[in-house]
Amino acid sequence: MFQVIIILGVLLLLIILYTLFRISRLVSVVKGSDKKVATTSNKVNGSLFMVFLFGAFGFFFWYSWVYFDDYTLPVASEHGVVTDTLFWTTMAVTGIVFLITNILLFWFSYKYQHKEGRTALFYPDNHKIEILWTVVPALVLTGLVFTGLRAWNDITSEASADAEVIEIMGYQFAWGVRYPGVKDNALGEYNYQMIDAVNQFGMDLSDKNSYDDFMPIEMHVPKGKEVLLKIRARDVLHSVFLPHFRVKMDAVPGMPTHFKFLPTKSTAEMRSELEDPEFDYFITCTEICGRGHFSMKMKLVVDEPADYEKWKAEQPTWLKLNPDYLTKVPEANQELAKIKSGLVEGDDNNLKASL
Amino acid sequence: MAIADIHVTEETHSDGHEHHEEHHENFWTTYVFTLDHKMIGKQFLITGIVWALIGGLLSVIFRLQLGFPDMQLEWLRPILGEWITAEGKIDAEFYLALVTMHGTIMVFFVLTAGLSGTFSNFLIPLQIGARDMASGFMNMLSYWFFFVSSVVMLISLFIETGPASGGWVIYPPLSALPQAVNGSGLGMTLWLTSMALFIVSSLLGGINYITTVINLRTQGMSFSKLPLTIWAFFITAVIGLLSFPVLFSAALLLIFDRSFGTSFFLSDIYIGGEALPNQGGSPILFQHLFWFLGHPEVYIVLLPALGITSEVIATNARKPIFGYKAMVGSILFIAILSFIVWAHHMFVTGMNPFLGSIFMLLTLIIAVPSAVKVFNYLATLWKGNIRFTPAMLFSIGLVSFFISGGLTGIFLGNSAIDIQLHDTYFVVAHFHLVMGSASFFGLLAGVYHWFPKMYGRMMDAKLGYIHFWLTFVGVYMVFFPMHYIGIAGYPRRYYSFTNFDTFNTFSDLNMFVSIAAILTLGAQFIFLFNFFYSMYRGRKASANPWQSNTLEWTTPINPGHGNWPGKIPTVYRWPYDYSKPGAKEDFIPQTVPFSETPESNLPHENELIKLETDSDQKVVVVDEK
Repeated sequence: MFQVIIILGVLLLLIILYTLFRISRLVSVVKGSDKKVATTSNKVNGSLFMVFLFGAFGFFFWYSWVYFDDYTLPVASEHGVVTDTLFWTTMAVTGIVFLITNILLFWFSYKYQHKEGRTALFYPDNHKIEILWTVVPALVLTGLVFTGLRAWNDITSEASADAEVIEIMGYQFAWGVRYPGVKDNALGEYNYQMIDAVNQFGMDLSDKNSYDDFMPIEMHVPKGKEVLLKIRARDVLHSVFLPHFRVKMDAVPGMPTHFKFLPTKSTAEMRSELEDPEFDYFITCTEICGRGHFSMKMKLVVDEPADYEKWKAEQPTWLKLNPDYLTKVPEANQELAKIKSGLVEGDDNNLKASL
Repeated sequence: MAIADIHVTEETHSDGHEHHEEHHENFWTTYVFTLDHKMIGKQFLITGIVWALIGGLLSVIFRLQLGFPDMQLEWLRPILGEWITAEGKIDAEFYLALVTMHGTIMVFFVLTAGLSGTFSNFLIPLQIGARDMASGFMNMLSYWFFFVSSVVMLISLFIETGPASGGWVIYPPLSALPQAVNGSGLGMTLWLTSMALFIVSSLLGGINYITTVINLRTQGMSFSKLPLTIWAFFITAVIGLLSFPVLFSAALLLIFDRSFGTSFFLSDIYIGGEALPNQGGSPILFQHLFWFLGHPEVYIVLLPALGITSEVIATNARKPIFGYKAMVGSILFIAILSFIVWAHHMFVTGMNPFLGSIFMLLTLIIAVPSAVKVFNYLATLWKGNIRFTPAMLFSIGLVSFFISGGLTGIFLGNSAIDIQLHDTYFVVAHFHLVMGSASFFGLLAGVYHWFPKMYGRMMDAKLGYIHFWLTFVGVYMVFFPMHYIGIAGYPRRYYSFTNFDTFNTFSDLNMFVSIAAILTLGAQFIFLFNFFYSMYRGRKASANPWQSNTLEWTTPINPGHGNWPGKIPTVYRWPYDYSKPGAKEDFIPQTVPFSETPESNLPHENELIKLETDSDQKVVVVDEK
């Protein structure tokens, strides 16, 4: 019943609109306004451009000003400050052009609307002006290009030798992180054909470096120290996105990528800056990867350097959590694997001896 | 001499052809398998409108999900069936299928076929003074390949595993592996088949446009006298001819990877509990191939719209387009640059950062000719005598979108800034304004402007005004807020943001956008009514309703096949002699010789009077042969 009423209502509305349309057409025929070049509508449209200009810019300035904190993300990395500066510089330059050109567009439309008896100015070209407005944008853009290039080259330059290396791997639909381990500080080799339900990273257990590698459920990075993310994907494309650090890089199956950054604010500092005790950094995915694309979230914690070292030392190695895989370790390395993975208590002297 | 020769033979041939045609025309040859470029243009237009409606409806469905994540969508079950989950929500995979199909449909079927297909076909012969396209048969094939491609794509919407859902860019491995997403099964096969047919259609059309513009221009219609519409269509066709084959090769290699076990794009993949045997392929290679078409595609979509706008603005401002040569030059420059900027879509794909630097440099260069075009439009409006026809309103709207959306390109073209903005809503806002809405407005401006030539009747102007204002305001309400959402870091193609505290602050704004999108789509029904109503009951058009200079308005009000009943008119001047000082009226059509307008001729034009008689004599000589 309710639906029938709605349908009837809509029909009635359409009939009314159609009748109004017919009436207005008949009126315009009677008045002969359809024979004229420009009618009152011309004035109305011209004026509406001015109304639009003021209305739209009003909203634009109001929203941009009042909600500034809502749409700007705090920045927590060294290069992020640089790219944010570039962003706002570009915003200033393009913002001015945006205002001037749109104002001229709507104002000219209003000012030069049809007037009976006036003739438009025959003005086909002016080489001086044309050269001017070709050269000036070119110069401004050159400026933007070179500041951008400098930042880009810095961001994509080689990471320093003592950077903290962390591997991050995207898969449907989560992230996995692997740390090189505290004993050798080197990531073990991997091979995608060795991946199984438990050995998610496809770690090659014939490589000695893999025995102390560990995979925590959240990522920790130290404040004030360069972090080098080694990025890979297991199934389809993903993209590592750390919004607060201005970090983004695709994860590509078969082609490892990397991105380096330097965190400048610990989680605790950011919590107090935002006055939000619940705040956490996170990693997410920005390359469409299937059903769960929107849910690929991983918590990221920025620790003070000392806390970070402590956290690292506390993490159990993967081999320790999965001792079944000791069978895959070559006979000669069994002892070493047990010690490095922490399955067998061994002091540093023991470790050195077995190496 | 040689050119005159060709024209005369062409004329006599066509005349004979026309008589032959008139005796045998029936429903099938007139409306279905027609060889007449005007009817083929209308076929493209109607098909494009149907697609635009489907594409628009798809976007409203996913905007419902984004704007009202808690809404009960059970009432959509009669249409969407199992795509509505038991909880009454849109299925997450179907959401991806929706955005994928929305993108594919809008970019290729509406703004490429619907825009270029309609207006290149309709306007090229009419504006250069030709009887028809160089090959009417190829032209017919072009439409029917497009039609079959449309049917295949439409079918893919209704299959059980759903249509392609890897994004309109169909990056492998997602698009290659049915294990990764359901849409990469039969849906993707149909997508690739449909696109292969579409590319064939596009190439058949493109070759025809190029040949026609080069060979069939009427007496006196030199390249320097071509309307900017024709320049835009011509260059667009050249871009398409050079870039679509590359997409074809990418699609072909992807078909091999999907069906024949090759590894062009696949390597080191573990999915669904097994390691695939493919090794040594590169997903990045696909992206290079895709964007080698994908970026020029932006200009394939945009240039015709800019061409139409140039024509409409000059006509309705009653002023010559400012800087005709600069406008042509910027079209050419944009066309060349469009081929060497593709990798700016790939700054953060793992591509060598040095390549990133090069592409950033080239990308920002392309802003210069675009800026020149905007300044020239503004200078054309300056001191004009503007008539706000609906076409003019849409053209002004286009310029505004072109400015607003173009400027954000300067952010995204800068690789350092792109790191943060890549694949966020900022990108969505950018390309929907500069490419989507601007081109769409070009399409609408074209329909309003040339409707009298298409159907011999006028569209209702008042409904046109209402349509414009609702759409113009609506488009800005939909896409402008997305800039803020993007600056805040919201990634695109997300089914929901509820997992993230940081990404969950814009539910009001998202709701606002969704409501605006629904209203904007609703406003298009005013256009649809106006279009179909006016086709039959619109006011009868006069021969030259906009008092325009170009050749199409010298044809009969309802031109038959062959366009001009008698001889094809000769062209003497450029198409932009509006408001020339001294002239009796504020426009002088291209067919008026300088010898008839001594009162308004510029000094160098008086020199040309001598040549006019010369060229007439040449025709006479040929006729005597």
